[in-house]
Amino acid sequence: MSAPAPAPSAPRASSAGRRLALAIPYVWLLLFFLLPFLIVLKISLSEGTLGAPPYLPLLGRDADGAWRLTLSFAGWSHLLDDDLYRDALIGSLRIAAVSTVLCLLLGYPMAYGIARARGTRRTILLMLVVLPFWTSFLIRVYAWTGILRTNGVLNALLLWLGLIDRPLAILNTDVAVYIGIVYSYLPFMILPLYAALERLDDTLLEAAADLGCRPWQAFLRVTLPLSLPGVIAGSMLVFIPAVGEFVIPELLGGPDTLMIGKVLWTEFAANNDWPLAAALAAALLVVLVLPILLFQHVRRREEGA
Amino acid sequence: MTRRPVLLLSVMAFGYAFLYLPIALMVVLSFNESRLVSVWTGFSLRWYAELFENEALVRAAWLSLRIAVVSATAATVLGTIAGFALSRFGRFGGRWLFVGMIAAPLVMPEVITGISLLLLFVSMEQALGWPAGRGFTTIAIAHTTFCTAYVAVVVQARLAGFDRSLEEAAQDLGAPPAKVFLVITLPLIAPAIVAGWLLAFTLSLDDVVVASFVSGPGATTLPVHVFAGVRRGLSPQVNALATLVVATVTLGILAAALVSRNARRG
Repeated sequence: MSAPAPAPSAPRASSAGRRLALAIPYVWLLLFFLLPFLIVLKISLSEGTLGAPPYLPLLGRDADGAWRLTLSFAGWSHLLDDDLYRDALIGSLRIAAVSTVLCLLLGYPMAYGIARARGTRRTILLMLVVLPFWTSFLIRVYAWTGILRTNGVLNALLLWLGLIDRPLAILNTDVAVYIGIVYSYLPFMILPLYAALERLDDTLLEAAADLGCRPWQAFLRVTLPLSLPGVIAGSMLVFIPAVGEFVIPELLGGPDTLMIGKVLWTEFAANNDWPLAAALAAALLVVLVLPILLFQHVRRREEGA
Repeated sequence: MTRRPVLLLSVMAFGYAFLYLPIALMVVLSFNESRLVSVWTGFSLRWYAELFENEALVRAAWLSLRIAVVSATAATVLGTIAGFALSRFGRFGGRWLFVGMIAAPLVMPEVITGISLLLLFVSMEQALGWPAGRGFTTIAIAHTTFCTAYVAVVVQARLAGFDRSLEEAAQDLGAPPAKVFLVITLPLIAPAIVAGWLLAFTLSLDDVVVASFVSGPGATTLPVHVFAGVRRGLSPQVNALATLVVATVTLGILAAALVSRNARRG
């Protein structure tokens, strides 16, 4: 360790070959990930029309040949005027937040238990968390309709146990949406939590115990703070996609379940109002920018470690 | 510390039951003769027979498989380069943007990805005349884009885990960078590349929302077809289909576990 390392382990990407290699995924993502957002913004400011596609170009020529810029704020003002969209956005944020907390309450003990297990048992427990992810998401969500409907499996079981005397209406309510989101996103919560808890040094807990900490104190003051990056990463992996969730409220939710993903789809597909749908997508993105930045921040710190 | 953590064990048991209850129910119902969920009338394979006679479904499945193979392969190439660049290229201009474009697709709500890609394709068609209409090509491009991020993350994680001394040794012995990558790095990260491909394949095969936005008439993928059926109230053929998927995946994982165990012993 006395001699200074002569070759820097991470040299600057300067050679032409490296530039070329990097350009391939870089350009692809600029073109198909970043550019589309700018186009969403552009079309949210276009005027709607009955043609195909159902919007007019921003920049066009007049009859006398002069260039003219036509901006229309119809989509955005519609978005701000109508309570439906505000309510849908708030509803989505609430449903996603509640589901994220429920996911955390169920996922944390599971990740903790997996991280405490040893050897083959740990591998199997981890595999069992990932396995459902490899089978169709759509069909697994659909299976819940058979469990939750009034003449479904859950009600039959509860009636048979004598816990209720008439079937509960769960399907087509917000409760069913919570169940669906927690069910679908649970693995995304467990995996980062497991990664954080698995790295935890057991000697820290022993030290805490030696110094007179009770187990729950040691948990609150050692385990929980050290697993915080996992908690944040897992929560963002659940919360952000859940806000825009479309399939789960469509299949399990009811007519009262207001979620922005469903509203966006309706404006786009049924009402054919592309400028409004684009404005909704842009607004949703604006709301999610902070959580997305938080997620990026946690991921970058994890990589640095 | 010797107390049995009863609470922890019961939460875990509940969690795993919660994860597997719907899958178990699907498997059981796929063999039920009745079309009703709540009544068991007898063991039958009729839904499997009907599944294979359902031409629209088989056609949709074939389209989905082709799209999944194409986009998983493209995403694996792009994602491997991206993951390698992130972990080995050090600093480069615009790195922060690149990091963002790799991380954001992991959490981006599907409705946003779907509508933004659709609007891009429509604008491109107006401006350049390509892609003409929407179907196989547009779905494959959309899937390649979000799968690239997942492959990059898997490859980057693998590269972060092994030391560079082999690469440096090859470099010191005079191997050009491209050769170092092909002969040393690629074999070392092969398991991550295979895992990335499988992940991308599954994500593509599973996608409903993005495909609903960017597909056109005549290009219905399997999830889009099933979703349309589900909203109409679907026949138990779907349970049969899901059971086949579960069986294939379970067999695949068991086979992979056996192979890796033998490889470790051998």
